[in-house]
Amino acid sequence: MFKIIERRMIVPNLHLLVVEAPEIVESIQPGQFVIIHAGEGSERIPLTAADWDREKGTLSIVFMEVGLSTGRLAGMNAGEELQTVVGPLGVPIECRNFGTVVCIGGCFGMGSIFPVVRALKECGNEIITMLEGRSKNLLYWEEKLSEYSDKLIKLTRDGSYGYQGHVKKGTEILRDLDIKPDRVIANGCTTLSYLAVREYEHYDVPVIVTLNTIMIDGTGMCGVCRCTVNGQMKFACVDGPSFDGRFVDWDELAARRKQYISEEAFLVHHSGCGGI
Amino acid sequence: MAEKKKLNFNRVDMPKQADFIRKRNFKEVALGYTAENAIEEASRCLDCKKPFCVEGCPVEINIPGFIRAIAAGDFPLAIKTLKEKNCLPAVCGRVCPQEEQCESKCILGKKGTPVAIGRLERFAADWEAKQGSIQAPEIKKKTGKKVAVIGSGPAGVTVAGDLTLLGHDVTMFEALHEPGGVLTYGIPEFRLPARVVSREIENLQKLGVKLICNFVVGKTKPLQKILDDYDVVFVGTGAGLPWFMNIPGENLNGVYSANEYLTRVNLMRGFEYPKTNTPVARHKKVAVVGGGNVAMDCARTALRLGAKEVAIVYRRSEKELPAREEEYENAVEEGVKFHFLTLPEKLTGNHEGWLEEIECSRMELGEPDASGRRRPVRIENSEFIMKMDSCIIAIGNSPNPIIPQTTPDLEVSKWGTIVADEETLKTSVDRVWAGGDIVTGAATVILAMGAGRKAARSMHEYLMAR
Repeated sequence: MFKIIERRMIVPNLHLLVVEAPEIVESIQPGQFVIIHAGEGSERIPLTAADWDREKGTLSIVFMEVGLSTGRLAGMNAGEELQTVVGPLGVPIECRNFGTVVCIGGCFGMGSIFPVVRALKECGNEIITMLEGRSKNLLYWEEKLSEYSDKLIKLTRDGSYGYQGHVKKGTEILRDLDIKPDRVIANGCTTLSYLAVREYEHYDVPVIVTLNTIMIDGTGMCGVCRCTVNGQMKFACVDGPSFDGRFVDWDELAARRKQYISEEAFLVHHSGCGGI
Repeated sequence: MAEKKKLNFNRVDMPKQADFIRKRNFKEVALGYTAENAIEEASRCLDCKKPFCVEGCPVEINIPGFIRAIAAGDFPLAIKTLKEKNCLPAVCGRVCPQEEQCESKCILGKKGTPVAIGRLERFAADWEAKQGSIQAPEIKKKTGKKVAVIGSGPAGVTVAGDLTLLGHDVTMFEALHEPGGVLTYGIPEFRLPARVVSREIENLQKLGVKLICNFVVGKTKPLQKILDDYDVVFVGTGAGLPWFMNIPGENLNGVYSANEYLTRVNLMRGFEYPKTNTPVARHKKVAVVGGGNVAMDCARTALRLGAKEVAIVYRRSEKELPAREEEYENAVEEGVKFHFLTLPEKLTGNHEGWLEEIECSRMELGEPDASGRRRPVRIENSEFIMKMDSCIIAIGNSPNPIIPQTTPDLEVSKWGTIVADEETLKTSVDRVWAGGDIVTGAATVILAMGAGRKAARSMHEYLMAR
């Protein structure tokens, strides 16, 4: 069992979960994920690590409450225990001195980009971090990220904070600052990742995205996380979850993410009380 | 030597749920012998002086011994005899391919049906479980040696059981949240109920086996570090990535690997969704590609999830079907259709990425290939379309890559299996043994258990020589 140290909503609908997992944090690297299974009857869900403390043996995760399982997690509190936190899984992100790296985080990705920002900074890169959200109240960890960023750019779609705009605005700002990235890394929902690829591919450098595929075991056994990268079948859990987004088949990825929409929508209409 | 008795060539039938009822529920299909059934069936055994059946058993169970006990109504002795050689009798009695092993050697089989060894094994194990008190076998004096077993599937469980009885201190590591490996995530409830597996594992824990779930050796901690804490290690990590056919459309929605489909239903209990939170899609028309036990399991699971039409698509003929005869018969009885000599060529879907059609070719059998089976050859211009909303691909899987990838100096074959000595199952790394599907590629539960037994013997010799 894995004890929850902290669980709180950090911005609307996004939760920070800190859990005791000393063996995992001993070997975890940036870009890796864990599978969490809250308890009997729960789903196994993959969540990327957002931070860790090796001395305390704690792992931090930022997750969005979207369905049954994340809803159950969001309802848990410090002192309670999770049946499963297993990992670290997946291939760590490549960390070396690339030069200038643009790190884009949106939604839960503002959390999961943090270990990447920290590690790449420690490798000597110049880090431009971009935080993207609908409105000011959805941005978090600004201070934490700025500690390892040479520049931190805030983008809000309603213009309530930082620059007004979306991913595209980020490229315009870079152009104005005369910055040419040597590598781009985007963490967030599938839309954000896709837009990052489309807006940054003209730089002709890798645009590394973390694919949010459906997973069950997370160790390369079930194959549900398969995706097409560069025309080849890849498994996000063991070959990824990070890939150069320029070569990902996005239409297929988007369709595969909707595989269980009808089952999940059933629950919205049937609350279990017998009525509709 | 048994007295001369009249030969009875007909085995006692095992009660089963009727096909039209069972095809819509997940309860166990075969209901098991009653005590009367078991005694009657056991009495058919000729108690041969030279029991060929034992030669057919990968774990060398004293088959005439336990059957003699059942015939005499001494069920405690029967289960004791079984457990001397087999730590999972309730599992093996259900899923071993006895017709190819022990039962294939039975003298009665020459003129009639062999003694139903598997059914009797299951009876004895279930009888014991019903008594509520499990008789623990005798454990040898503690040796103080520490053993790590990686993977709690059939191979790992056998090693853990054998070495614990020999007095060693065994810890079993499991990547998933439940132990049992393929017994838990792969074999469906209607063929091997989860409670049967958990009962057998609990028995091991009662003997003193320590179980650590949610631990991926190679990821959570490398194998080398495990070796720092244990005297010897057994790797039984089984299946890895599922194989696909490498044809267009395999990533369409509605297309599953057998592993995914079965794991959703078995391990995650998706058939109880939304009470349990892992959904499983309920398709109407399901094609299952492959001809093994796993393909039968998928087809029969699809029926139970409410499919109107389920078809097995297999590229060879009925004669080459690798599934157990019993499973094939059950599938036919339940209404699964079989398209033999048929090969899927292309999967096509609608604009939202959902499967709609499977384009297939007809095949004919040509010359025998390396496996000795006649090679299926495509018949030109024989293409036809099957309208299906789901396709489950059950053509096997590669070995689990995590330990080979993260353990330097571990010798691996070109297929990704760990290379282990045939007799001792020792690997190229000092103090590390391996067995089961990770060494042989996909095979059966009992072969993995047989490998576990051999490895345990060699590990014990090694530990005691030091």
